[in-house]
Amino acid sequence: MFWAFNFYGQEYFPKNDGVKTTDSNYTVFKNATIHTTPDSEIKNGTLVIHKGKIVQVGNTVPVPENSVVIDLKGKHIYASFIDPFTNFGIEKPKRKGGSIFSPGAKLDWKATREGYYWNDHIRPETNALTDFKYDSKKATEYVKEGFGVLNTHMPDGIIRGTGLLVALNNEGTAGERLLSDRSAQFLSFSKSNKSNQVYPTSLMGAMALLRQFYHDANWYPSSKSDNKDLSIEALNRNKNLPQIFEAGSRINGFRADKVGDQFNIQYTIVGGGDEYARIDKVKATNARYIIPLDFPEAYDVSDPYMANMVSLGDMRHWNQAPTNPAILSKNGISFSLTTHKLKKVADLKTRIMKAIEHGLDKKIALASLTTVPAQILGKSDLLGSLKKGAYANFLITKDELFSKDNIIFENWVQGHKNVVNDMTVKDINGKYELSVAGKSYDLSISGKPSKPKAEIKLGETKLGSKINYKNNWVTLTFTDTDTTKTTYTRVVTAIGDTPNFWSGKAILPNGSETSFTAKKKPDDASDKKKDKKPSDKEEKPEVLPLAYPNIAYGNSQLPKSETILLKNATVWTNETDGILTETDVLVKNGKISAVGKNLSANNAKVIDATGKHVTAGIIDEHSHIAADAINEAGHNSSAEVTIEDVVSPSDINIYRNLAGGVTSIQVLHGSANPIGGRSAILKLKWGESAENLIYKNSPKFIKFALGENVKQSNWGSTTRFPQTRMGVEQLYVDYFNRAKEYEKLKKSGKPYRKDIEMETLVEILNGQRFISCHSYVQSEINMLMKVAEKFNFRVNTFTHILEGYKVADKMAAHGVGGSTFSDWWAYKYEVNDAIPYNATIMHNQGVVTAINSDDAEMSRRLNQEAAKSIKYGGISEEDALKFVTLNPAKLLHIDDRVGSIKVGKDADLVLWTDHPLSIYAKAEKTIIEGAIYFDLEKDKNMRKSIASEKNKLSTMMLKAKNNGLKTQPPKKKEKQHFECETIETIN
Amino acid sequence: MKKIIFIITLLIVFSGKVNAQQTPVKAQSETISITGATAHIGNGEIIENSIIIFENGKITAIGTSGSATPKGKVIDASGKHVYPGFIAPNSTLGLVEISAVRATDDDSELGSYNPHIRSIIAYNAESKIVESMRPNGVLTAQITPRGGVFSGTSSIVQLDAWNWEDATIKADDGVHMNWPNIFTRGRWWMGEDPGFKPNKEYSKQVSQLESFINQAKASLKSASTDNLPHLAMKGIFDGTKTLFVHVNAEKAILDVISFAKKHNVKKLVLVDAYEAYKVANQLKQNDIAVLSGRTHKTPNLEDEDYDLPYKNAKLLMDAGVLVALQNSGGMERANARNLPFQAGTVAAHGLNKEKALQLITGNSAKILGIDDFTGTLEVGKDATLFISIGDALDMRTNQLEKAFIQGRDISLESHQTKLWQRYSGKHSK
Repeated sequence: MFWAFNFYGQEYFPKNDGVKTTDSNYTVFKNATIHTTPDSEIKNGTLVIHKGKIVQVGNTVPVPENSVVIDLKGKHIYASFIDPFTNFGIEKPKRKGGSIFSPGAKLDWKATREGYYWNDHIRPETNALTDFKYDSKKATEYVKEGFGVLNTHMPDGIIRGTGLLVALNNEGTAGERLLSDRSAQFLSFSKSNKSNQVYPTSLMGAMALLRQFYHDANWYPSSKSDNKDLSIEALNRNKNLPQIFEAGSRINGFRADKVGDQFNIQYTIVGGGDEYARIDKVKATNARYIIPLDFPEAYDVSDPYMANMVSLGDMRHWNQAPTNPAILSKNGISFSLTTHKLKKVADLKTRIMKAIEHGLDKKIALASLTTVPAQILGKSDLLGSLKKGAYANFLITKDELFSKDNIIFENWVQGHKNVVNDMTVKDINGKYELSVAGKSYDLSISGKPSKPKAEIKLGETKLGSKINYKNNWVTLTFTDTDTTKTTYTRVVTAIGDTPNFWSGKAILPNGSETSFTAKKKPDDASDKKKDKKPSDKEEKPEVLPLAYPNIAYGNSQLPKSETILLKNATVWTNETDGILTETDVLVKNGKISAVGKNLSANNAKVIDATGKHVTAGIIDEHSHIAADAINEAGHNSSAEVTIEDVVSPSDINIYRNLAGGVTSIQVLHGSANPIGGRSAILKLKWGESAENLIYKNSPKFIKFALGENVKQSNWGSTTRFPQTRMGVEQLYVDYFNRAKEYEKLKKSGKPYRKDIEMETLVEILNGQRFISCHSYVQSEINMLMKVAEKFNFRVNTFTHILEGYKVADKMAAHGVGGSTFSDWWAYKYEVNDAIPYNATIMHNQGVVTAINSDDAEMSRRLNQEAAKSIKYGGISEEDALKFVTLNPAKLLHIDDRVGSIKVGKDADLVLWTDHPLSIYAKAEKTIIEGAIYFDLEKDKNMRKSIASEKNKLSTMMLKAKNNGLKTQPPKKKEKQHFECETIETIN
Repeated sequence: MKKIIFIITLLIVFSGKVNAQQTPVKAQSETISITGATAHIGNGEIIENSIIIFENGKITAIGTSGSATPKGKVIDASGKHVYPGFIAPNSTLGLVEISAVRATDDDSELGSYNPHIRSIIAYNAESKIVESMRPNGVLTAQITPRGGVFSGTSSIVQLDAWNWEDATIKADDGVHMNWPNIFTRGRWWMGEDPGFKPNKEYSKQVSQLESFINQAKASLKSASTDNLPHLAMKGIFDGTKTLFVHVNAEKAILDVISFAKKHNVKKLVLVDAYEAYKVANQLKQNDIAVLSGRTHKTPNLEDEDYDLPYKNAKLLMDAGVLVALQNSGGMERANARNLPFQAGTVAAHGLNKEKALQLITGNSAKILGIDDFTGTLEVGKDATLFISIGDALDMRTNQLEKAFIQGRDISLESHQTKLWQRYSGKHSK
């Protein structure tokens, strides 16, 4: 049976540089410890390879006659490593155009390719092989670190097409090395550099585009589409390949997974190294991960003025990131490691050793470089373990792979030997007595066997010396004791069968030739002890605890709903009861359970609120905090995108808003286009995950926008329709007509292409989704109401609505609400007639009126903004407070849950130190569903603990710097503060 | 009570004044006495049940009721409050009307070394934004150019005037300089990380600035120099002009202090100075005043106290530094009318209310060098003051009944109140 492996494919490539020879001999490795998989080893095992593959592995296996036998006594054999995520041999294309916002940039609103999908950033048809050029220099770098196979791809675009799997076989032919030309399909959220097509400009746009493309791919085969679409055809071809998604961060991994789940695709996620901070959610993806090891360098905090800029979150990440692999493993998450993001391949070992120091099991480390990447690529039969039929890709090592002093001797790839460190080199390390010309020197040799270092002493005097050890020959040059002279003694010898005793030729400083001897001294026992000591005492690195979110002011424990009795407060009910003095509010199970005098409850946390005020939590109808994207500006309609996709639960502005008494917000899409994206309505449960911030059974909203922004009056582009208010109207009519037709087709039962954008617009027509429309001047406000009336629906909210006072009567008649700024104006031409009396006039005309922020700062003082309506127009205090509580709740269709203090509603409450409309009031406690998310007292304590933790981390960083580790200059990572008009880019 | 406020507000707007919008008032001819009000002096003191008399634009008497005999026109302000007009330093009021409309923007000249550029020339006394200051009590402003290393020379105006000449109460009071940043922001539109990183050019930029100063000093030694930027620096060295240095980082502030010493700058004021509280002792020792940044902003850094901008001025004041508030930043012109509430915010976060008032009155005048004639309710000073029904630092009670600039009973109307009237009328039909 054994010889059956002899059958190989017939060679057919012409040969013009000699006679055709075939090597049919076997290579046998004997007496090694063979680690066939991370979990199994064969002691004194034998490995037989033939024509690039393993034919036998075991304790006693038959050895064919025509074998070259290599004795590996005391050495180890491991499978070579696999990196499933590289762009080895493939250059990332350079970006062509500028951004949409740089003046004069070349912008394409349409795709530029023929026969492919309508978006240039979707490129499943890309075959990385087309751009692949085997890079033997880079290959050698990988081989030295132990890699045998790399998976590589074109790192460009949202769908990036197929990658290839290549063996690092510098000597093999191109065809031999290429293990698969369609190894996996690659994806990301980043646009292609090959195109200037504007869409998508945002992360959520990229997500929507992916979804739409999947829908289109499902529809295309059965459709009678007139369009030839090679991209869709390619995607459908690539469906059964492994799908590798470069997410680049924990949260983007969740986002990718969410898209995948919708289409029953389980991506393998290339993570960000920050998975550890929310490991439960990472586990919940059920995805396999590919994890980079780019642990951050310590910040150089030696200049305290500069160090100040580094946030606690970034400092913690430095401290905690090395635990990432261990934490993934302890939570049963299957992951491969990758060199992706490492500055050089050679950094791999130190990073893995660091991960091991931080608790990563060595077997898991090995699996993450061998068996797991093989599984990810569906190649377990051929790669990642040492078994019959697998490629002869293996390492010969001195010791166990991840022991400190281990050396990789050889890395065999497809049966070709690569010497990393010569294993035939005789180890000459040790102490010798060197005798030359009657003098006796102390010689000590240490370091890498193939590249030793020497130290020579005559008595107590250390001499300058240099040793060279190559091809078994030692040459040693050293100086005289008299340092004023530059004269040298040279000795040279071959290391023969008696490595403990050398004799050879010496050239003395005067040029005369003589002989020398060197005799090895017995190992000094005390030296060994000394060597061992530090490793015994090796301290476990100190890792600081996580917080939720893992930045300053994060909670060490997530706040829990409590039974709370607020005693003796002035209670602003927002109900017919009005403002009640000396009243108690009882909170139970997250709800308001009772409001009245002299309440009592068992086990309640009693808070004395004497002299203080209690209101419903503040609700901001128009916010842009807690989001990683705001504007999808690539199309004039982006109804397909949703802010829910990009909620960012670790935005410090959530905490700051809580400190201003805000409990609920609507995160709106920006105003870059007439039809914007869908909203996320959130409760500011600081520390919870993105999905837990989003309202359960959330009412559906979408942002529309009018005026200067959608006309793009104040930024670069003049090429996107519409450029006038006239065009805006026609755009709406057109889209709603199309939506009607779409719905007709859908209802007809005929096959139809699912269109996310149209689905959203249909919801609007059917009153299932509500519009919050950014608006300023009366003409356009009037226009949108007329368009809506034409299509038989009602605009829900005009937001900003600075000229609402001019058409308040029409608004009341239409039944639309107004959510406005208290006193912003003068920043654009269209706000020239904005007046601070706007809220009052709208309210007096019967329009449900709210005051919003559109600003991370103002939102934390919305109670004060509401109070301005007392000054401007003399609104009653009770009504003023409703502008930022009950009325926005009504506008958001959540007034059945929040917005007033009524038994049965959510216990979203604020305890104020003073009259809540006064500038002097501070939020003392902010409660959401019975859990205290902000507490002045706790805040004070956190300030202290932040300072002391930063100090501790600074000390650790200084220590790292003093130990010679690399550092990086202090940096402050910046999140954009979003307003309506903020445009962000994705690359 | 709420109803009463509403009616009073209506009265002010509908029946109060017959003055046409924006029409500046003639010089005070009739003596005015305000009686019974709580007088907030602007120097930390307060006089309950006061009498204030002003004639020919100047305060001639102030004290507790009975300390002087009312004369001229007597306004009974019992239960109400009188404040000195609020002062908005480092402002671009009247330089820009609509930020997004380039044709209306006159705040920033081309070039980096522009000390000779004079803001007062472009000041639009008839700006719709300027008139919207007055109903909130902001009656004086320092008009300051922006941009460059040396932005230019500011002047101080009162906010009821026909033209810039009439408006000026102190011409060319100071030169404004933007100190180089210790940190620079990555240019995200060029694919850089958008965060902040150390500015590698910092020392170079500081030395360029120094060489400009040295050149200016050299030019000034010659009587015949006609170098405009250098001539504009003269007042900095002879003490007739204040050097306003716009700077934020702690380390940069320390550099500014030594820079000023080295070049013998007579009057130095730091503007914005976000981290000044960290070096408050040095500022006090060197007698350097601060025009602290707007309180209504988010902290610069994630780790900072959420209320750091709220209490920043308090920290300086507690340390004995002379400090006032300014409001530069996004939408600074429209927001300048909220200056009283910015001061109120500091009071909410621990500062005594009368001290908070100093941040926008007495202290501002001292820092701008106009305290000899305005900024507080004291005999001999301009009668630039107003009557509010309640606490003017709180938006809930800031209700102006009357305001006077140099004794002139000014209009509290504006483009905005006019639109209010117009559309209230439309809807009441």
